[in-house]
Amino acid sequence: MLEEIYIAGFGGQGALSTGQLLAYAGLMEGKYVSYVPFYGVEKRGGVANCGVVVSDRPVSSPIVTEPTVLVVMNNPSLEKFEHAVIPGGLILINSSLVEGKVGRMDLKVMDIPANEQAEALGNSQVANNVILGALVELTGVVAIETVAEALKKVLPEHHHKLIPVNRLALERGAALAGEWRQARES
Amino acid sequence: MRKVFSRPESLRDVPFHYCPGCTHGVIHRLVAEVIDELGVRDIAVGVGPVGCSVFTYEYFDCDMFQGSHGRAPAVATGIKRVLPDRVVFTYQGDGDLAAIGTGEIVHAAARGEKFTVIFVNNAIYAMTGGQMAPTTLLGQVTKTTPYGRDKEINGFPVKICEMLAPLDGSAYLARVAVHNPKNIINAKKAIKKAFQVQLDGLGFALVEVLSACPTNWGLDPASAMRWLAENMIPYYPLGEYKTPGRTL
Amino acid sequence: MSRVLMKGNEAIGEGAVQAGCRYFFGYPITPQSELTHYLAKRLPEVGGLYMQAESEVASINMVYGAAGAGARVMTSSSGPGISLMQEGISYLAGAELPCVIVNMMRGGPGLGNIAPSQSDYFQATRGGGHGDYRTITLAPNSVQEIIDMMKKAFDLADKYRNPVILMADGVMGQMMEPVDLDDEAPAPEVVSKTWAADGMKGRGHKNIINSLYVVPEELERHNRELGRKYAEIEAREVMLEEYRLDGAEVALVAFGTTSRVCRAVVERARSRGIPAGLIRPIALWPFPYDFIAAVAAGVKCFLVVEMNMGQMVEDVQMAVKGLVPVHFYGRCGGMVPAAGDVLKEVETIWRGGGEQK
Ligand SMILES: Cc1ncc(C[n+]2csc(CCOP(=O)(O)OP(=O)(O)O)c2C)c(N)n1
Ligand code: SF4
Repeated sequence: MLEEIYIAGFGGQGALSTGQLLAYAGLMEGKYVSYVPFYGVEKRGGVANCGVVVSDRPVSSPIVTEPTVLVVMNNPSLEKFEHAVIPGGLILINSSLVEGKVGRMDLKVMDIPANEQAEALGNSQVANNVILGALVELTGVVAIETVAEALKKVLPEHHHKLIPVNRLALERGAALAGEWRQARES
Repeated sequence: MRKVFSRPESLRDVPFHYCPGCTHGVIHRLVAEVIDELGVRDIAVGVGPVGCSVFTYEYFDCDMFQGSHGRAPAVATGIKRVLPDRVVFTYQGDGDLAAIGTGEIVHAAARGEKFTVIFVNNAIYAMTGGQMAPTTLLGQVTKTTPYGRDKEINGFPVKICEMLAPLDGSAYLARVAVHNPKNIINAKKAIKKAFQVQLDGLGFALVEVLSACPTNWGLDPASAMRWLAENMIPYYPLGEYKTPGRTL
Repeated sequence: MSRVLMKGNEAIGEGAVQAGCRYFFGYPITPQSELTHYLAKRLPEVGGLYMQAESEVASINMVYGAAGAGARVMTSSSGPGISLMQEGISYLAGAELPCVIVNMMRGGPGLGNIAPSQSDYFQATRGGGHGDYRTITLAPNSVQEIIDMMKKAFDLADKYRNPVILMADGVMGQMMEPVDLDDEAPAPEVVSKTWAADGMKGRGHKNIINSLYVVPEELERHNRELGRKYAEIEAREVMLEEYRLDGAEVALVAFGTTSRVCRAVVERARSRGIPAGLIRPIALWPFPYDFIAAVAAGVKCFLVVEMNMGQMVEDVQMAVKGLVPVHFYGRCGGMVPAAGDVLKEVETIWRGGGEQK
């Protein structure tokens, strides 16, 4: 198993913390992981992307340039990184924020209205975990259970009360992904 | 017969390389006597400059560092922070301390570094052959101010004691001269106080010593002493500028 | 022992603490800030001191004082700051003082940018400052290696009484990877430094920290002694990693971040039937000339990959001595070579094309 995941967004959207959460979950399952952030010049609102590698074998290159999975949180990132995804790869789009459509036909593309889903769960902050739940469901890169555990490590103590709703978000994403897969297969 | 005048223990028995009439030697001797009298030779660590006194490490008989030009206060910071119970001092010229090393001395003083600085102001870059120093007086002729220091071109001489006094970290600041016996006695008192301030852990201590450079001033030793008294002291008034707990 | 996810910058800090370093003097600069933030918190916990100096010039001279007083001490910076430190590094080398200097490389020349780069290779491996000297230069390529290498860096510095430079870049500093950490920082080893100028304290003789030798014969003797020391380091401290060199016909050479990219390139090339392998110098000085010369006898060509306009490639050329072609692929300005692009280069070379340096 080797997943090279690229998460692209603006600063403040949580792309980096989502990447770290995933890397942490991989670590907890005893897998080899790496996480490399890429910033734009601006501290806030600028580019904030990260590459996460999760593998059964030691990670050769932590620099993700040809992702197996691309998570897109804004329009420019879709334009910029769509071409980089490996043939047959997966793109997860937060369709609450991204209008563009994927042109390539050789990819699996799942649109997730993550912000609306998060609001339905009562907390707009957990949108990224709806996407992460879907990512985990579709790739099997780690277990949902482990991501939920990793939250305890990644979230500061005073935010631990948010773990249940984050967990719900992960599960919601996984459920949506399950439906999406069934629809594709039938 | 009792010997009334002998070499201080803290000074090695080697010939100084200083020119005849140079007062660097006198200042060395005063520092060494103070180290002896305070009984701290075994825990003393000195830092020499780049300038005519670059060989201080040969002359003082205690552990010594030779530092790069102007950076002795940073070197001394490193030493004192690692070895807070040692007695650390720097010995620096005016080019070293008041030009290239201005940043280091100001910030050592601002941090209240607990070491002692002997600052030798001879109003000239001596070692490199008599160029203008930051302390060169207005109108003073040097190799690089052949028409005399012009304030329009070179600005004004830097008064270090006055400059460091407002910094809260400086505890003891004094200006002395070594051109005659009376002043030499005063100079020693100030140097001793500056070491005592360090021993008492009170903060940064600096003694500015007005010193003669007959060679680069183009004067014989006696005239050099007179020149110092008549020209330097009026611009650089002697006295204590700051003592622990009191600004003067 | 626990396994945690750690940032490269923090790993440098923790590695230093575990190596017994208790003193840090530095001046803020991106992209090594997290390292200083980490140590500013961590050093007081272990009875150490973190001091922010007024400049890099002051920092390196504080290091000079602390090292001469016998402490394990370090500083860190990036391009412009490392340039300012060069005079001090020369003094440290001249006075034979041990210390560790971290250069989290950024793009240059001038202010350049804060993005990852490997463009300070010449500066670090050729001495950097004035005079005839060398600094041991280490280039880790993973967070775990950073932790282990900090100990090695301080040990080498003490063993040879020489500054050691740890070279990394923004990617290495920001990257997070799992590391195995000792839960308790081990008590620092007491390295006896009889040469330190820390007060005579009944020693019976004075110690002097000095790099001034006015008599030409004496300076020549000192230079020759340093030369002997450097020769010994060259003979004993070459460090490298080889990857799939058996049967390789295209030998890639890369260090730090780019060596990770090249590892992936080698795997992909091999899976396409191109016999590629990788040499990763772990120490950039001393450089593995002999090893590369030996490899040159068995391969068709070399490809050196760097994040600069071609610096280490000159060392590879020196080692290869024209025996086989040495190609170069470089990205700069903060661009990190993509595995796919390097792979294309390997394929072109393999088909007999490609640009020779
Ligand atoms: C970086 C650097 N710049 C310049 C010099 C050359 N230099 C040596 S001594 C000196 C001036 C010394 O003057 P000062 O500090 O007044 O001491 P003095 O010789 O008058 O006692 C200079 C500029 C140097 N050694 N290093
Ligand atoms: S040149 Fe001046 S300062 Fe230097 S030794 Fe001679 S008299 Fe003293």
